[in-house]
Amino acid sequence: MRVFAFAAAVIGALGGTLPVSGFEVEDQRVYPGSGDGVLRIISTADLDVFDPILRAYQIENPAVSIDYTVTGTSDLRDAIEGGAEFDLAISSAMDLQTKLVNDGFAQSYASPASLLPDWATWRNRLFGFTQEPAVMIVSDSVFAQGEAPRTRDDLIAMLRDNPARFQGKIGTYDVRRSGFGYLVATQDSRNGEAFWRLMEVMGRLDARLYCCSGEMIDDVASGRLALAYNVLGSYAAARLRDGGGFRIVALDDYVHVMLRTVLIPETAQNLSDAHGMIDFLTALNTRPELVAASGLPALDAAVLQENPALRPIRFGPGLLVFLDQLKRSNFLRSWESSLVQE
Amino acid sequence: MRQRSIRSRLVVQLVGVAAFLALVFFFVVRGVAERAAEGTQDDILSASAIAIADSLRSAEGRVTLDMPYSALSMLGSINEDRVFYRVTSGGVTLTGYADLPLPDATPQLGVAVFDTLTFRKDRVRMVSVMRAVGPATNTQAVTVSVAQTRLGLEALSQRITNLATAIGVAFFLVAAALSLWASNRALAPIQRMTDAVTRRGPSDLRKVTANPPTELVPLVEALNSFMGRLSSSLDRTEDFIAEAAHRVRTPLATVRAQAEITYRKLQKPEHKQAIREMIRAIDESSRSAGQMLDHAMVNFRADSLAQDALDLCAVLRETCDRLRPTADLKDILIHLEVPEGPVTFQGDGILLQAALQNVLDNAIKYSGEDSEITARIEPGEWISISISDQGRGFAGADLGQLTQRFQRGANAGDVVGSGLGLTIADEVARAHGGRLEIGDTKKGIGACVSLLLPLP
Repeated sequence: MRVFAFAAAVIGALGGTLPVSGFEVEDQRVYPGSGDGVLRIISTADLDVFDPILRAYQIENPAVSIDYTVTGTSDLRDAIEGGAEFDLAISSAMDLQTKLVNDGFAQSYASPASLLPDWATWRNRLFGFTQEPAVMIVSDSVFAQGEAPRTRDDLIAMLRDNPARFQGKIGTYDVRRSGFGYLVATQDSRNGEAFWRLMEVMGRLDARLYCCSGEMIDDVASGRLALAYNVLGSYAAARLRDGGGFRIVALDDYVHVMLRTVLIPETAQNLSDAHGMIDFLTALNTRPELVAASGLPALDAAVLQENPALRPIRFGPGLLVFLDQLKRSNFLRSWESSLVQE
Repeated sequence: MRQRSIRSRLVVQLVGVAAFLALVFFFVVRGVAERAAEGTQDDILSASAIAIADSLRSAEGRVTLDMPYSALSMLGSINEDRVFYRVTSGGVTLTGYADLPLPDATPQLGVAVFDTLTFRKDRVRMVSVMRAVGPATNTQAVTVSVAQTRLGLEALSQRITNLATAIGVAFFLVAAALSLWASNRALAPIQRMTDAVTRRGPSDLRKVTANPPTELVPLVEALNSFMGRLSSSLDRTEDFIAEAAHRVRTPLATVRAQAEITYRKLQKPEHKQAIREMIRAIDESSRSAGQMLDHAMVNFRADSLAQDALDLCAVLRETCDRLRPTADLKDILIHLEVPEGPVTFQGDGILLQAALQNVLDNAIKYSGEDSEITARIEPGEWISISISDQGRGFAGADLGQLTQRFQRGANAGDVVGSGLGLTIADEVARAHGGRLEIGDTKKGIGACVSLLLPLP
C-alpha cells in the first residue's frame, strides 16, 4: 500500500496543481468477496471498530471485496487531495471532510434510502453516520458520587479552588497533534471566554496532553488522572462496558457532538458499492447489534432533542475558518500560551 | 373576401395583449426576483469580506488575520454553496486559496468590487474589498476576496422561473377567458340589433327603436334614414301607380263610350271590325290599369290589414254578380256553390274582393264561349274559395312562377293580360295568413285556383 500511496503522490506531482503528499498507512485489511468488484475505503476509524460493520455489509453483499485502509485524519485529507484512488473516505475530522467537499474533491450522491436530518448532511456529498459527544470523564478514585462538576464554570471554580488536589492530574487533547482535539477545542473557543479561562487554569495545574482518547481513558480509569476534558464519548462508553474506574460527565452548559462522516472522492471507481455502503452506514441506527459491536453511536435525533445541551457541530463554510493557516497559528499560539506554561 | 368578424379580431387582439402582458409579467417577476436573490448573495458576500477585512491586524510590521468564525459560517446560513477566500497584500497571498483569481479591477478603499467567474469548475460570485493595514508610516494595501458558488442561486432562480412561468401562464389563461367573455359582452348589443332587424317581416320598414350603444348610434341612424327613404320611395311608387292607373282609366272609359257610339254609326264591316279591335284594346288597357290599382292597393293595405267581420259567401256572391255581365257576353254560366249558412272570417273585405275578382276575371278570360265556371266555398282545415273553369288550364306551366308579377302562363297565347291577377290574389291570401293554390281541375279540363284562408 505504501507503493500505491507513493504512486498517488507521483500522480499528484504530475498533476501539478494539487498539494502533493503521500500518506502513512496505519493498518490495512482486505475482505475478499466472491466477485470482481472491490470497494476501496480509506478511513480514520480503527479496524477493530469497523470490522463488524464491514463484515455485516459483506454478508448482505457477498460479491464485493472490501479493501480497508486506516490512516490519520490529516493523511486522509492529503491522500484525497493528492488524488489517491478510493471509493469512500470515512473520517472523524468534520472540518477536514468539509474542506474536501468545499474544495471539490467529493462526488454528489442523492441518497434515496437515507433521509438524513439536514444537520447530518451537507451538499449531498458529506454524510454523517455517527454522533459522538466530546465529554469529560472523571476518575471514581478522585471524585465521590455526585461531586463531579456540572458546568464549565463549576469545573473552573473547582480546579481553581483545589490546586493541590488536581496538580498534574488533569488531562486533555494536545490540539497540535489531534485533529479531533483541535476541532472540539476550536468549537469550544466559539462559545465564550470560559474555554480560555479553563485552559489557563489547566495550564497552571500542569495539565497533561494526550494524542488520543484511549490513553486518557486509561489514565483516568487507573486514577493517574482525576479528570480528562473533551474525551471522545463513544470510546469512553465502550471502555466503560469493559471495565469501570471512571464516570462520563456530559456537562450541562453545552456538549459538542462530532459526526463521523463519509464522502465519495472524485477519484472513486466503484460508485454503486460506494452508494450501497453510504446507505448502509447512514441506516446504522436500524442495526443496534452493529452499534453495540462497533461502539459507534448511530445518528439519533431523539437523543439530541432530549438533551438540548448536545450541539452537533454544524457543517458549512464556518468549519473552514479554523483550517485557515493564520487562524490556526493564532489559535495554537493562544492555546500554547494558556496551557503550555513552561 | 369576407372580413374577419369583429369578435374574432377583438379576441385575437385581447389575447395578444394578454400574451404580451403575461410575457412582460414573467420577465419582470423573474428579473426582480433574481436581482433580489443576487443582491442577497452580494450583500452576504460583502458582509463576509468586510468581517474578514475588519479582523486584519498589523503585528511587528507584518499583516496578520484572526478570521471571525461568522465571516464564513454566515455564507453557509442560506445555502450549501462552496466558499473560497483569499487575502493578498502586494501580490503575496497571506492566506486562503492561492489559486483564486484576483479581481479584474483593483478595489478602492470602501468600494467593493464584484466579479462573476469560473473557479474549480463552478461559476462563482466574488466580492473583493481593500483595506489599508499598518501604522501610518508603513501602510499595506490588503485585498480580501470572498467567493461563493451560485448553485443555490441557480436553484432559486429555477424555482422563481418556474413560479413566474406558472403565474404567467395562469394570468394568460385567465386573461384569454376574460377577453372572450368581454368581447362577447361588448358585441351583445350588435347581436341584439341584428336579431331585432332580422325578426322583421319583409315589408316592415319602421325605424329601429332598440336602444343602441353610442358607437352604433350613427349606424342605426343611417339605417333608419335609409329605411325611411326606402319606405317613402316605395310609397311614392305605389301612389304613382295608383294615380297613373286612375288617370288612365277615366279617359279610357270616355274613349270606349265614344268608340261604341261610333261603332253603331258605322256601316262597313271592315270599319266595324277595326273599331271592335279598338274597343278590345281599350278594355285590356282599362283592365290592366285596374289591376295595377288593385296591386298598389294590396301593397298598401296589407301593411295595416283591416279586420272586418265578413261573410265569405256574401263576398263571393257579390263578386260573381259583378262579373256576370262580362261572363254573359261569352255565354259563360257561373255556378255558385256555397254552404247554406254564412262563412265568417276576419279580414279586409276590399282586398278579398279584389283577389276574387281577379281570379274570376282570369277564369272568364281564359274560358271558351258557352262554358261553365264554378265558384265554390268549402270550409275544412282551411277555408277554401276555389274558382274552376273549363278553359285551357295551366298546361303544366311552372305554377310557382305564375304568382310573380307580370309572369304569364306559357299558353296565354292570344289572350291579352298584364300578369298581375294571380299576383294580387296571392298577396291578399298571404296578407291574411293563407296561400293561393293553383292547378288544373281534377277532371283535367280547365284551371282551378283556390284561395286558402285560415280558420278564424
